[in-house]
Amino acid sequence: MSDAGRLSFHVPAPAVRPGGTPDFSDVKISPAGEVRRPEVVVAAEEIRDLAYSIIRVLNREGEAVGPWAGQLSKDELLEGLRHMMTLRAFDARMLMAQRQGKTSFYMQHMGEEAVSCAFRKALAPGDMNFPTYRQAGLLIAGGYPMAKMMSQIYSNELDPLKGRQLPIMYSSREHGFFSISGNLGTQFVQAVGWAMASAIKRDTKIAAGWIGDGSTAESDFHAALVFASTYKAPVVLNIVNNQWAISTFQGIARGGSGTFAARGLGFGIPALRVDGNDYLAVHAVAKWAAERARRNLGPTVIEYVTYRVGAHSTSDDPTAYRPKTESDAWPLGDPVLRLKQHLIRLGAWSEERHKQAEAEILATVIETQKEAEAHGTLHSGPHPSARDMFEGVYETMPSHLRRQRQQAGV
Amino acid sequence: MVEAIRDAMDVSMQRDDNVVVFGEDVGYFGGVFRCTQGLQQKFGTSRCFDTPISELGIVGVAVGMAAYGLRPCVEIQFADYMYPGYDQIVSEVARLRYRSNGEFTAPLVVRMPTGGGIFGGQTHSQSPEALFVHVAGLKTVVPSNPYDAKGLLIAAIEDNDPVIFLEPKRLYNGPFDGHHDRPVTPWSKHAQGEVPDGHYTVPLGKAAIRREGAAVTVLAYGTMVFVAEAAAAETGIDAEVIDLRTLLPYDLETIVTSVGKTGRCVIVHEATLTGGYGAELAALVQERCFYSLEAPIARVTGWDTPYPHAQEWDYFPGPARVGRALKAVMEA
Repeated sequence: MSDAGRLSFHVPAPAVRPGGTPDFSDVKISPAGEVRRPEVVVAAEEIRDLAYSIIRVLNREGEAVGPWAGQLSKDELLEGLRHMMTLRAFDARMLMAQRQGKTSFYMQHMGEEAVSCAFRKALAPGDMNFPTYRQAGLLIAGGYPMAKMMSQIYSNELDPLKGRQLPIMYSSREHGFFSISGNLGTQFVQAVGWAMASAIKRDTKIAAGWIGDGSTAESDFHAALVFASTYKAPVVLNIVNNQWAISTFQGIARGGSGTFAARGLGFGIPALRVDGNDYLAVHAVAKWAAERARRNLGPTVIEYVTYRVGAHSTSDDPTAYRPKTESDAWPLGDPVLRLKQHLIRLGAWSEERHKQAEAEILATVIETQKEAEAHGTLHSGPHPSARDMFEGVYETMPSHLRRQRQQAGV
Repeated sequence: MVEAIRDAMDVSMQRDDNVVVFGEDVGYFGGVFRCTQGLQQKFGTSRCFDTPISELGIVGVAVGMAAYGLRPCVEIQFADYMYPGYDQIVSEVARLRYRSNGEFTAPLVVRMPTGGGIFGGQTHSQSPEALFVHVAGLKTVVPSNPYDAKGLLIAAIEDNDPVIFLEPKRLYNGPFDGHHDRPVTPWSKHAQGEVPDGHYTVPLGKAAIRREGAAVTVLAYGTMVFVAEAAAAETGIDAEVIDLRTLLPYDLETIVTSVGKTGRCVIVHEATLTGGYGAELAALVQERCFYSLEAPIARVTGWDTPYPHAQEWDYFPGPARVGRALKAVMEA
């Protein structure tokens, strides 16, 4: 007999619960500029350290430092700031619209704006994202009409998805944005398939898959990594670690050790961890991974370390499971404020111009919202017909559906 | 039937560069049932290749490929193995056209060997067709002979909607009427074993009358078509045997016309009874043919147990059981 004694059962728990003092001392932050920038021709095992550190460009003084800096012009940075501010204003208005009963549901991006806005600028026309539900920045930064997003959220008569899909589950082939499922994780492996197809057809386009920290526990995540690794698919596999999967802290999906990025290493996929609240770092790392994919060097895993400042969705109340002030304590700051500070430091921006831009953006969003609402909201005004419900299940409607439509009297 | 299925993929791959074939053991080796033998040599590893053992992965990447513009025709090694890929099939494949308002579609085919009769036990014998027919957005096909298998598979690959293609594995090597103790008849000795070269299609959604009769209608598909024919021959009952071929969309007209004529209906499938496709057929016949019916509708199916190993032939709804049901319906 062993003298090991009886076993005990381990369930990870977050450091702090409501009422406690927020504590992120376990999040090891690499100083900005410290993490090296390898060549894109590299094997996973040569850059193991990059899966455990955090690539950062902007330091506390708002300077862009280190080997990942210097990729974006002032104009590009100003555009990035505008995209993030637009997404934030859009979120604020849509959140309010949901509270006013104009739609059933909404999910905001507060704190995570840099991830999707900066990533979008690292792609080329024709590339395809397989997003989850908190990457609307891909559309905003990709020039998708905001009125269309709102019409989708309102399920009104101009809803491009005809009222069939939940709010914010957008789809736009033209803007490289695959139809959001709402199921968690399923899109990750589909992104790999799209990338495989592009390689099979000797195309030049690449794909990007998106998944959250919690959903990495789904089998789809593992299937995606196996297939991406096996076929060296030209795909960027993005893990957005915003610390919370609804009420479940990221340690439940991750376990007590390692990082989400490091999961890529076991599959032989180069994996990098990046400050998700640093627009410049996100863009630089995304560009690096996109270049690897484009040069047929295969997949890259990127973990964006960020924080979900708002609730998971309009159906969630985070005060029930985490301290109210936790987001203030988040050590990587606010992506909008950090880019703003950087631009001011560069002499390309000012507090005054920022205030002015905020007001302008809000006015545009409100104007667009009025325009969208003129075409109806979920419970009032024009909306897709009950007849539309029967369309598009198949290319041509089979007779059993035709009979059911007749029965429904529409 | 193996050759017919292979030929369907061969013809489709020749005609359309976007058709790709993959699955477990499908590439170099040509599949455990040999359905893809030679395709990799002929079309190269970009068009026909082996995959990791992940049904989720196989279906998941097929969705992405279809969204790109390819027409994947993938193999799940046994229908019993499809469950890890079921979420992708139900939540993604089936709904993509609908939820994206046609912006993205999934014109793919998922082939899988189905049914028992090979002592495969509970993990190589299942008939999960009801799990697909229940899902809006899928088409479900079960061929019963080489001619149909080729024509239906080409039609499925060319269809712009996703098709679940269930291949009755007991029919791969010959028509099987349930008499497991008799020698196997090869397809070469059967009229429907004749498969024309080149391209042709058998339309989805159309049933075929395999045996004309006036006394009772038997609704069957796959292996059960031959079991039903045997039961009719052995009982001497003038049964009309309908091979449904496509379970969804179904050919209601052929069913209603036949039952309207015979006034009696027996439904046969190998899958379990409760909540099975036979229940849907019974409901349809009841709704459409109530005033023509002269007897209660009967169902002959696998029992509501997991598919057993040693008791395979007690489980399998063979010609004796179907014959008893035919007699009972005639005497009712």
